[in-house]
Formats: sequence, C-alpha cells, structure tokens
Amino acid sequence: MIGIIDYGMGNLRSVQKAFEHLGTPAEFVASPRELQDLDGVILPGVGAFRDAIAELRRHDFVSAIHDYVACGRPLLGICLGQQLLFDRSYEDGEYEGLGLIAGDVIRFQSEPGLKIPHMGWNSLEVTRPHPLLAEISTGDYVYFVHSYHVRPTDENVVLAHTRHGHQAFASIVGQGNITATQFHPEKSQRVGLKLLQNFAEMVSAAVAS
Amino acid sequence: MLAKRIIPCLDVHAGRVVKGVNFLNLRDAGDPVHVAARYEAEGADELVFLDITASHEQRDIILDVVSRTSEVCFMPLTVGGGIRNLEDIRRLLKAGCDKVSINSAAVKDPQFIKEAALRFGSQCIVVNLDPKRVPAGDPAALAAAESLPEELRVSERPVPEEGSFGTRFHAKYPTASGVYWDVHINGGRKPTGLDAVAWAREVERLGAGEIVLTSMDADGTKDGFDLEITAAISNAVQIPVIASGGAGHPQHLYEAVTTGGASAALAASIFHYGEYTIAESKDYLAERGVVVRR
Repeated sequence: MIGIIDYGMGNLRSVQKAFEHLGTPAEFVASPRELQDLDGVILPGVGAFRDAIAELRRHDFVSAIHDYVACGRPLLGICLGQQLLFDRSYEDGEYEGLGLIAGDVIRFQSEPGLKIPHMGWNSLEVTRPHPLLAEISTGDYVYFVHSYHVRPTDENVVLAHTRHGHQAFASIVGQGNITATQFHPEKSQRVGLKLLQNFAEMVSAAVAS
Repeated sequence: MLAKRIIPCLDVHAGRVVKGVNFLNLRDAGDPVHVAARYEAEGADELVFLDITASHEQRDIILDVVSRTSEVCFMPLTVGGGIRNLEDIRRLLKAGCDKVSINSAAVKDPQFIKEAALRFGSQCIVVNLDPKRVPAGDPAALAAAESLPEELRVSERPVPEEGSFGTRFHAKYPTASGVYWDVHINGGRKPTGLDAVAWAREVERLGAGEIVLTSMDADGTKDGFDLEITAAISNAVQIPVIASGGAGHPQHLYEAVTTGGASAALAASIFHYGEYTIAESKDYLAERGVVVRR
C-alpha cells in the first residue's frame, strides 16, 4: 500500500485522486507509526518551508521518515515535499530540513521581466535515466508553482532540470530509494500521471524483490 | 522554458455551465465536468470555474462540481465568485480546487488576502482586478476613494497620444485626456477609487500569488484585450498576470502574452461557441514563436 503523509499542510486529495484514477489506491497517513507498514510513501506539501518542517516535527514524522528510508522502500517527495528532503532552506530565514539529500533550498534570483512565483507549465530536460522517468522524456511539460528550488550538493542526484529565465534548477531528483519532483505530477495531466504510475510500479517491484 | 498558458473560463450557475451576455439570457451549456474534460483533452492549461450564483445556499453545488471535476481532470483548477472568508477557501481546496480567486472581498477587506495567503499559501490565492477607464475627477470614484489610503488612490495620468498604445486606444476609447483605471467591483458596476496599478502592487505585497486582470472596457467586446492596462500591470508586479476580457480571435491571445506581457490568457466565449478550439489557438501562438504546451 502507498501512503500519503498527512501532516496538515496542503491539499492531499488531488494526489489521492490521481492514484485512484491509476487504479492504485493510496491512503492518508496521519500517524508516524503507520509508515513502517507501507510499501511506498508520498511526502506532499504546499505552503511555507518553516511551517511544514515544524508540522512534521510536531507530528513526530522526522525520525519515522528516516527509519522508513533506511529500510530501502520508495519515497516520493512532491513540491515542498521535495524541498523538505534537503539539509536546509533559506525561505524567509534559515531552517533545517530532513537532511536526507545533501544541499539547500534557495529562491529564484530576480531577472528583468522574470515572473516569481514560477507558475505554469514548463519542460523537463532529462539528465539521467531512472525508473521514475520511464516513457518520460526531454521536452515533456509539467505544472510548477513555487518561488524556491533545491540546489543539491551532488549534481549526480539530478534526474531532470528545468529552466526559468536564465536559471536551470533541479526539477526531479533521485538518490537511492528517494525520488522527488518540484512540480505537481497530480496536476500535470498525462506526463504527471505517467510519473505517478512509474512510482507505483517501483513500489510493486520493491515489494516483489 | 515556461509556456504561456491558455485558460478557458466556465460560468457555472446552479451546477450547470451557462452562456449569456452580462448575466442576462443565460442558456444551458452542459455539465461542467463534461465541458472541463473536453477542454482538458483539447489542451487547456488550467480551468477556471466562475460561480455566478454564489448565493450562500448554493455553495455546496459548486463544491460538488469541483469534487467531480478533480476526479477526471488532472490540471490546476481555480474557482472564483462569492468567496468571502477563510472557510469558503478551505472547503473549496478540500473539494479538489487548487486556487481560489477573490475579487470584491479583497477590496472590502485587503487583510483577507494576507490572512488567506498565510493560511493556505500564496500559490492558491488569486486576486481578480476589474479595472475600467474613468475620467479623472469622476465624482463616483472620488467619493469612493475618500476612505482609502493616499497611495492607493487614483491619480490622473495622461493618455498617450502617440505610439502603438496611444493610437490603438485613442480610437477604441475616445477619451480626451486624464483617464485612469479605476478598480470596479460588483461585476463592474461600482467604482472604488482604487488605482488599478497601485492596487495590483498592493495585492502582491499582501501575498497574492497571481492576478487575473479583466478590463471592464474590453470584456464582452471580442475586439481584443486591453493591452495597455495589461502591460501596465504586468510591468508593475513580479507575480504572474492573467489577461482576461475581450478575446475574439487567437490573435488577441497572441497580443495579450506578447505586447501585454501576460503570463496567460483567459477566454470564455471563443472556446464555448466552438469558434476556435484551444488546440487551434495554441497552434496560432506557436506558429508566431510563442512557447506553448502542446
């Protein structure tokens, strides 16, 4: 079973509906104890980094997520859920993240005429093959809405880049059993649904092995 | 590269898509879920539902429409119309809506934008601006402006007499001089004394993530968007601006996202009446070098 971590941040229903549409039910998980029974975990999130990490702590999810990842089962972070996986964010201050992937979270730099938040459909430049990206290729469009993006210390964790103005940022990352997207696959029509389906297949494959 | 967005807007009344002119002679145009699914298949980048009933008793109907739509459409969905408090927003988001667009309530209580952005995130708070060209010194606008902070009040600005804007708009809106854009509420009937450009900067400061700009002068004309106000607002704020009101041809969409500097163009009737499909409009833009998602 795939679980969607519910720590009170953002609308999780659309992620769940996308999995329902794919014929792979996903359940909400409000208790950290339930994580150990799951085969796949989604860490979603919208809103501010500071509030999100505070809510994860308040619900005792931090060590549970670390324990879950240590077991080698698949995790997918979405949007703010991707940013939370990193060491720290500079959104309105400096806040420590989950520290599962080395790097930080920074704001887009201003450029003349550049709109922030980066909102709308933008294309992927796939940099590394990965099961999460099966049948997804460079030039495919996905839906973003964010003002901050991750900057991994190790370039090798980047699975795809996206460009906003003159700035290229990591729109998909993967490190071991951890994967994450800055965009919203559940709002990215065909390409997004394909990515979620790929994740579900990674979960099935992990269960089988 | 970030693509320019094409966004169809559906007027929803009592759970049905309706078409009409100035809210009169409403005609049934189908089930919102079916229309939404068709637009998604045609390549719409987002969808906007405008709840034109918006009476308190009927709020649950739009919630049901949103919930059913989000089961079949996997793209961003915005709902506007009659949103007055945080509870209205919470219920819409929970039903599967991604953004809400606030209009009159934001003018009546600007702090509402701030509270909503803090609670739900800027990314889901869209503010609708409905500006209208008004001669400076208009008594109704002056009266409305009395209680406003000085920096948000309208200021007289000369109409450019030369250049592309001057020529174009002088012909279309024959005003001698000294017009400005006054933010209107109540479906464009009531002036507020708010200068549209100053108000756009203010809603950005308060935390809005996006602006939908509907020129009351251009709306319904099908003669094209008001590019002058679109460019003025797009240049004044860093957040994305969606141009709305006046689309009658794909060329108008092209102008909105190029000359007007808008991030997206919103249209209703050209898509509803099947004059142009969304795919045709995107082809038109792409042929002229605009980046669109196809």
